[in-house]
Amino acid sequence: MADTVLESAPDLLMDIDRVEQGDVETEELLINMGPQHPATHGVLRLVLRADGEMVIEAVPHIGYLHRCAEKIGENLQPYQYIPYTDRMDYLAGMNNNQAYSIAVERIAGMEVPERAQYLRVIFAELNRIASHLVAFGTYGLDIGAFTAFLYSFREREMVLDLCEAACGARLTYSYITIGGVHDDVPDGWFDRCLEFLDYFDPKIDEYNQLLSFNQIFVKRTAKVGVVSAEDAIAFGLTGPCLRGSGVKWDLRKSTPYDGYEKFDFDIPIGRPGGTDEIPHSVVVGDSWCRYYVRLEEMKQSVNLIRQAIRNCPEGATLAKKNKTVKLPDDEVYVEIENPRGQLGFYIRGDGSSIPARVKARGPSFCNLSIVRHISNNCLIADVAAIVGSLDVVMGEVDR
Amino acid sequence: MTQFSTPWVERNKPNLSAIEKLMVGVAMSVAGLAAPILRRFPAAIFFGAVAGGVVGIYLVALLSEAFLGEYHLLRDILAVTGVSLFAAHIPLFAIWWERKVAARIQSRMGPMRVGGWHGWAQSMADGIKLIAKEDLVPAAADAALFRLAPYVTLIPVVIAFLTLPFGAHWIFRNMDVGLLVIVAMLGVEVVGVIMAGWGSNSKWTVYGAMREACQMVSYEIPMGISLLLPVLTIGSLNLVQIGDAQAGGWHTWLAFQSPFMFVAAVAYYITSLASCKRAPFDLPESESELVAGFLTEYSGIRWSLFFFAEYVAMYIVAALAVVLFFGGWSSPISPEWIPDWMGRFLFADNAAARAAQGLILGGPIWMVVKSFFLVFVQMWVRWTLPRIRIDQVLYSCIQVLLPLMLVLLIGQTLWVLWVPEDSLLAMVTRIALSSFTGLAGLGACWIIFKARLKKRALVGVLAVEQLPGA
Repeated sequence: MADTVLESAPDLLMDIDRVEQGDVETEELLINMGPQHPATHGVLRLVLRADGEMVIEAVPHIGYLHRCAEKIGENLQPYQYIPYTDRMDYLAGMNNNQAYSIAVERIAGMEVPERAQYLRVIFAELNRIASHLVAFGTYGLDIGAFTAFLYSFREREMVLDLCEAACGARLTYSYITIGGVHDDVPDGWFDRCLEFLDYFDPKIDEYNQLLSFNQIFVKRTAKVGVVSAEDAIAFGLTGPCLRGSGVKWDLRKSTPYDGYEKFDFDIPIGRPGGTDEIPHSVVVGDSWCRYYVRLEEMKQSVNLIRQAIRNCPEGATLAKKNKTVKLPDDEVYVEIENPRGQLGFYIRGDGSSIPARVKARGPSFCNLSIVRHISNNCLIADVAAIVGSLDVVMGEVDR
Repeated sequence: MTQFSTPWVERNKPNLSAIEKLMVGVAMSVAGLAAPILRRFPAAIFFGAVAGGVVGIYLVALLSEAFLGEYHLLRDILAVTGVSLFAAHIPLFAIWWERKVAARIQSRMGPMRVGGWHGWAQSMADGIKLIAKEDLVPAAADAALFRLAPYVTLIPVVIAFLTLPFGAHWIFRNMDVGLLVIVAMLGVEVVGVIMAGWGSNSKWTVYGAMREACQMVSYEIPMGISLLLPVLTIGSLNLVQIGDAQAGGWHTWLAFQSPFMFVAAVAYYITSLASCKRAPFDLPESESELVAGFLTEYSGIRWSLFFFAEYVAMYIVAALAVVLFFGGWSSPISPEWIPDWMGRFLFADNAAARAAQGLILGGPIWMVVKSFFLVFVQMWVRWTLPRIRIDQVLYSCIQVLLPLMLVLLIGQTLWVLWVPEDSLLAMVTRIALSSFTGLAGLGACWIIFKARLKKRALVGVLAVEQLPGA
């Protein structure tokens, strides 16, 4: 193992020296956390420079899930590329479809029917709930609480059922497409969705009772991996990781898309300990704040879906001629609010129906960049807590 | 296609004589009668047979003790067989039970298939699978240590059974240092874990081993001191004497004798979780941090031996808590509370009365039931709480529990010196603590009962309809 580390991380080995503490001589240890490790959420590889349980430095190594997603986009028509966007952030397929669709619609000047916009909001928020449920559950696993994971998957199953009823898929939806959504929802779907929301809303309080305010959980996550607001902005953190540091920034509010300006919702941010229900040991920007912002966002998503169902108009759900879209000789960059942060798509057209360049800006990639900055001088258990609180999806980091 | 050239019925038709045909007929009709019963209650029959076997062997051992004396070889062989049979079946039962408890807590069903009734034979099926797996020793491992470690872990916990009483007479060796032997054996178990971690020659396993060592030096001291409290109260390390001293109804259980004992019982339980590596102290094998800690390189039967050891150790620490703090094998009913009409039957000199006495006033069944209740609490805790961090383990054991235990030790010493057992203060404390615990237990039962009534509302209508386990 040491040899492979030597080859791939030469910069790490330059300054390995013996640490002397009194009369006990200890040596630093290089260990590979991942790519096959239960706490790294996929194929993230962290090289830890550790002195016993203390981690002196954690360096993320990426690229184990690279699938040329952007290059494929330069060989396919936009309509054909939608299923590939599903596979980037595979826990938030709807939002990825939405980002790419909006980018293509902007460059091609396509109008989206109003009902389609509302359905997009509904499904984007449902997917946000599903994605945050995974984040919540796996974070519990990282801290060692198994039960929260199964509770979250119990509810996620129902979200997936709802998505399946609308589009037939449970993970890679390709439902939101260029010019609207692929199909209208089936009869009675709204009632079923409302039934789910009534069921789900109190469950969030149950999660809080089980995990969020558990003393051990708070002790494990409070004051761990603290990111100041300045650092968060400097490292390009977005989504719950940015808001956990107390920055009130959400693209759904600041640059609304797909009719988000018609909705009334709050942006939850990390709050210092002692305010309201927040435990006293919490500081703004720590792992607990990032985790708790997600739980509060789920409540806002429930609120958003209720509003969308109440106001959803009748009408068409798909613009005409969406499959034969010609991209003008122009460029566009669109960012939307993914569950993990700002997902951006840059498209450059050259007059044909195949884009000349497709580039995605993944939130997980930027969020992951701060790992090296905040996991200095923490314990090995804290590395799991920090990486879990960032909630990265490696499919999107590597693309 | 050759195998279909002759019909298999023809090929395999046995040539039986008349007497053989009769024997086959009798066997088939017996099987025909037994099969429906076997199929219907396999779990009850299996565990009944095991329990019956253990009790039977032990009874024979006890009887032979009367005739042959306590140190006769035959009696020893019988008693050891009974004890190891019991120890061997704890993991079989407890692993299945833990999976069911975890499933209930997580609104799932758990194992439902193997064996029929609620998947009762699941751990046996898992055991067969694990035995059938390839016995892998990593090339870079220290093979001797790697192979030896599971046995070093398992054997001490089974040895601990030899001085663990199940009843006043139900003990293999009634030693005056019984408690010391059990604590020593639980300490040896740790060596096996450290051997496994070091011998595997992987960085993660070494981390697991070092955590176990770290954890042991932090929990052993408060645990040892908490065990001293009942010892100094009774004035003996002999577990049978300690158990016998609590036979007068549940208000005489040692945990309720003084406030210090009550806190010590809770503190002992917490440290006992650390001693058998159960959540929230499961750091040596913490999955999300150390892959699987010291177990990372193990597979197959060696891996399952570690689990055997873990579950047996869980039972032992629970049984120790029962003997030292919660009345041992005595039932919660005091002999003084038994009305005359019942007493006339109960204290009569015949076999039925003695059996009833064992059930009502105490006996191995109470010991096992109480111990398994505490094992259940261990499972309950495991599936509810997250894992604490290694520095928090050290902090809580050394900086919180250790001073607390020293204060409790001094307090209990003074209590024993200054508060006579029949003084008003002792009686008030006894009644207050025991009724507090009793009411808390009743309250818990009431909450569970109410929850069962409101099951649909608690779990949610959608979950009840859509998910089978909810």
